[in-house]
Order: sequence, then C-alpha cells, then structure tokens
Amino acid sequence: MAKYITKRVIYMFLSLFLIASFTFVLMKLLPGSPLASASKLSVEQREVVYEKYGLNDPIPVQYVRYMGNLAKGDFGVSFQYKNADVTTLIVKKLKYSAILGAQALIFGTLIGIILGMIAALKQNTVWDYGSTIIAILGISIPSFVFAVLLQYVFAVWLEVLPVGLWEGWKSSILPSIALAMGPIAIAARFIRTEMIEVLSSDYILLAKAKGANWFEIAFKHAFRNALIPLITVLGPVAAGLLTGSLVVEQIFAIPGIGQQFVKSISSNDFAVIMGTTMFFSVFLIVIILIVDILYGVIDPRIRLSGGSK
Amino acid sequence: MTTNMKKLPKDSFERITIDSSHAEKISKPSLSFWQDAWLRIRKNKAAIVSMFILVFIVFMAFVGPYMVEHDPEDVKVAHASLPPKIPGLEKLGIFDGEGKLGSKTVNLYELKKVEVNYWFGTDSLGRDLFSRLWKGTQISLLIAFVAAVIDVVIGVIYGGISGYYGGRVDDIMQRIVEVLIGIPTLVIVILMIMIMKPGIWSIIIALSITGWIGMSRIVRGQVLKYKNQEFVLAAKTLGASDTRIIVKHLLPNIMAIIVINMMFTIPTAIFFEAFLSFIGMGLQAPKASLGTLINDGYKFLEYQPHILFFPAVIISLLMIAFNLIGDGLRDALDPKMKD
Repeated sequence: MAKYITKRVIYMFLSLFLIASFTFVLMKLLPGSPLASASKLSVEQREVVYEKYGLNDPIPVQYVRYMGNLAKGDFGVSFQYKNADVTTLIVKKLKYSAILGAQALIFGTLIGIILGMIAALKQNTVWDYGSTIIAILGISIPSFVFAVLLQYVFAVWLEVLPVGLWEGWKSSILPSIALAMGPIAIAARFIRTEMIEVLSSDYILLAKAKGANWFEIAFKHAFRNALIPLITVLGPVAAGLLTGSLVVEQIFAIPGIGQQFVKSISSNDFAVIMGTTMFFSVFLIVIILIVDILYGVIDPRIRLSGGSK
Repeated sequence: MTTNMKKLPKDSFERITIDSSHAEKISKPSLSFWQDAWLRIRKNKAAIVSMFILVFIVFMAFVGPYMVEHDPEDVKVAHASLPPKIPGLEKLGIFDGEGKLGSKTVNLYELKKVEVNYWFGTDSLGRDLFSRLWKGTQISLLIAFVAAVIDVVIGVIYGGISGYYGGRVDDIMQRIVEVLIGIPTLVIVILMIMIMKPGIWSIIIALSITGWIGMSRIVRGQVLKYKNQEFVLAAKTLGASDTRIIVKHLLPNIMAIIVINMMFTIPTAIFFEAFLSFIGMGLQAPKASLGTLINDGYKFLEYQPHILFFPAVIISLLMIAFNLIGDGLRDALDPKMKD
C-alpha cells in the first residue's frame, strides 16, 4: 500500500510538472500582450513595465523563476487587477465556487442515490423507467443548456429566484441545481447497477430466507454494499462540476473561479490563467488520488496494481 | 396397454434408422457477430428510436441548408430578429411570425414588410436560422466525428503496440500514459485552443490531444487478455507476422469495445465543442456550430427565445441519441457487461 501511494504521488508531481511547463510554454507562445493598451504606451514606458514584471529576462530565466515561485505556492501577480496577488485572488473567488460545488455535489449525489435505489428496487416498472430517463437526460443535456433553461423559467419567466450575481444564498440555488444534474445522473445510474448486482447475490437470498423484511434487506444489506463503489465516480463527478462551473458561473454571473478563468482568457491575463489552470489541475489530480487510495482502504477486496499487498 | 397393441396391424409401424451424422446438424443459419448483435439491439426500443433520430439529424445536417433559399452566412440587416414563420402552421397559432415589439405582440413580418418566410426565424444580423442550424449541426458533427476517429486510430495503435509487445516497450509507454492521464481534459483543451487560432481544426486537435488515452488503455487491456490465448498461439505457430496477428486476429476481437467507446466519445466531443464555443473559444462568426448558435441565442434569450430553442433542442437530441445508442450497443455487443 505504501509503495503504491508513493508511486502515485510521484506520478502526480510528474503530471503537475508537465502541466506547469506546458502552461508556461503556451503562455509564451500566445499572441497578444498582457497590457490592456500596449499600443498606446511609448517604447520606454513599455520597457519599464516589462522590466517590472520580469518579461524582459530570457525565457529560461523566466521559466525557472516561475517554477520556483509555483513550488512555494506563489502564482505571481495579476496584470488585470492592479497587481493583485493571484493566490489571494483565487482564494477570494474560491468561496463562491466552493459553495456551489459542494451544494451541487451533496444535493446531486443524494437525489441520485434515491433515484438509483428506487430504480433498482422497482426494476422494470414505471419508477425504473422514470429514473432512467432522468439519468439519461442528466448525462446528455449539456450543463449550459440546462442552466439557461433554469434561468429562463425560474428567474425571467416566473421571477421567483434571482437571475444572477451573488446576493446571498438564494442566488446559489439555480446554479447549484444546474451543476447538480451531472452528479444526479452519474450517481443514479451507478447505484442502480450496483444495487441490482448486490440484490441478486447469495447473502441477500440468505437474508430473505431468514425472514428479513424488505426494508432491512434494502437498507441494511444491499444499500451499504452498493454505496462503497460510489466513491469511484467522485473523480469524474468532480471533473464535471469543474467544467460545468466555468459556464454556469458565467451564465449566472457568479463571481467564482470559473467566471474569473473565462474572463482572464479574453484579457490575456497570463498569471491568472496559469494560476487557475494549476489550481484546477491540482484539485482534480489530488481528488483522483484520494479516491483511488480511499477505495483500496475501504474495500480490501480491491488489490491496487503495483502494491504488493 | 398390451391388449391394445395386439389390435394394431404390424405394417402400421415402420422402422426408422437414425443417421448419426445428422445429430450435430445446426438447423439455424450461423450468424456473424454483427448479425447477432443486430438481433439483440433490435429489441432495444430506445436505441432504435435514437437511431432514427440520429439518421434524421444527420440527413438534415447535409440537406437542410439547401432546403431554403437563404444562405446560412448571408447578412440581411433589414430582416434582423424575425421570429419563426412556417407557412401552413400559422392557423394553429404557432410559428406565425408574431413576436414581441416592446410589450406588444405584433406580426413582425407584416411590420417589416418581409415577403419571404424564415422557418426558424433570423438572428440579430438577419441570418436565416434554419439553414444556420443545420450548417452548424453539420460542423459540430464533423468535429465530433473526426475527433473520435483520431482518438480511435491513435488509441488502437498505441494501446495495441503497448499491449502486444509488452515488456520494456509497454513499461515506457504506460509510464507516459500515467503522466498524461493526470492532466485534466478541460485544462489541456483550453490551453491548446489558446495557442491555435480558433477554428474547426484547432478544436479537433485540442480534443484529440488527450482523448486517445482512454481508448489506448482499453485496447491495451483487451490485447493483453487475448494475446496469450490459443488462437493467437496457433496463428504464430503457422508463421503469421505480428502485424497479421494484430490486424487479423486481435482487432476483430476487440472491435466491439472500440465501437462502443466511440459511441461515447462522439457526444463528449460534441459537448466540448459546444462548451468551448459557449465560453467564447470556439468557431468565429460567420461560421456556425451548435455551440456558437447556443451562445448567440443566450444573448437574446429574454426577447427572442427561439434563437436559443432550436440549437438547444438539436444538441440535446444528439447527445441523448448517441448515449442511448451507445448503451444499446454495449448491451448488444458485450452481454457480459449487461446488468
């Protein structure tokens, strides 16, 4: 186990190193200047600004400095926001994205589990078809289409919830629901398959033979075992939430990291783009690592490849 | 019993000899793998309906732009922002060309003295949305299909070589994959689009740059499973070359899994294309894709919801159809994976 974790952590850092270098190279290749009105500045003025941000140094020097700072958790300063520290900027915006993400994750998984259980326990009935249809729709309909639909129906048409911006918890309802569609669908499908498999196993038959009632079988025996593998879908769910947050935050004008990222792309804000990219990557890679390790710990039947016991 | 038997004349019985060579005879025609799969998928109503929807959308994507006299990229400011008007449906009170002007509902076609009909209306620049929708669908499908094919080709070659040759080659190739797989698709796609000029090909390249990894891992796993089986050993003994074994013996066996995965790769690609266009990194006007059309429509959602409605419906239908066909194929081709 220790060997496996060490191996995975080394790969994690290799991946991150690659992403960091790649991001750096891409930023250098990128057309356009980070200065909003570069053409209006005189050559001397531009020189001063470039000197200040170290943009005049040879590329390798900039690279080493960038990587060194990165290792210290310093993503540099934003060009767009009057020298705001990128790390501080991300931390400040993180709050909104984290609230949306957490709400979507909890709400989505719970609804998904309920739908999946209903489908499995009432297999091949209207209930089953209904929840399968919801799952298919959740996987298929892009989050931005769903978000726009929600916004139109509840904010523009019925006017019961705010259209956008962050004005307290009420503003987070619609974007959270839009984001939750993915987790609902993934969890529902997964739990259904797992439950059906567990329900047909021998120990369920034994429980039935011993006279356990329906409720006991469903919750005490089947559900708990079906729940364990659900951890594995956490990786894809997290990736989906992150992707979704870019557009959903944009649609509802939530001042989170996703919206920040999209804004930085259009304003060529190198430091923020690199910082956010690294943040996204670390976030996803660490989650996947934790999921893999957790799964091995929780379910001892899983033999992690590479780890000799 | 015995008394009854005596009453029957001897000649009413006839001795039949059983030809033992017929005992093993297969009376049903033998079905190929794909015929068998077709028999199974035919029972899956959702998949069949999806196939019809998909065929219809693909057909319209190629024929649609030529069904009306308007060009998808033709800007006509005088005809801007017209609601849908389909002749024949006017009496039903829908698609009759009526739209909001301020707070009043008026027939905008009469108001602007437009003689022609725009079935799905026009956008803010007066471009015909019907032909634009199908042209956009065509481009979205093209991007998704090409990206999926590239994924399959690279994935099969990479995974095939890695799995078949094994040992040192496999070790090195898998270490590379393990590093690459850590990179989130979202991050790499956005970064790639940023250095290349947004366009059809840059989206395809960005989507395929890490898209093949999943496929290569699946192919490798399958090759590892099959390469030590007897039929491969037999082929080897008969002197078949490595290429022949891979192409003639291993590939047909893993074809099913490749097809299933492609069915799930295509909707992912459609989604990412639309996603990129939605955050402003996709195709540039006047070119259209489902993503750019949705993005356009979103801007005018409050007053002209029809601009968003049609592309949103088509992209949702496409995604649903591909997912359902993928599910159906998985059940039909790989009964072991069935629940």
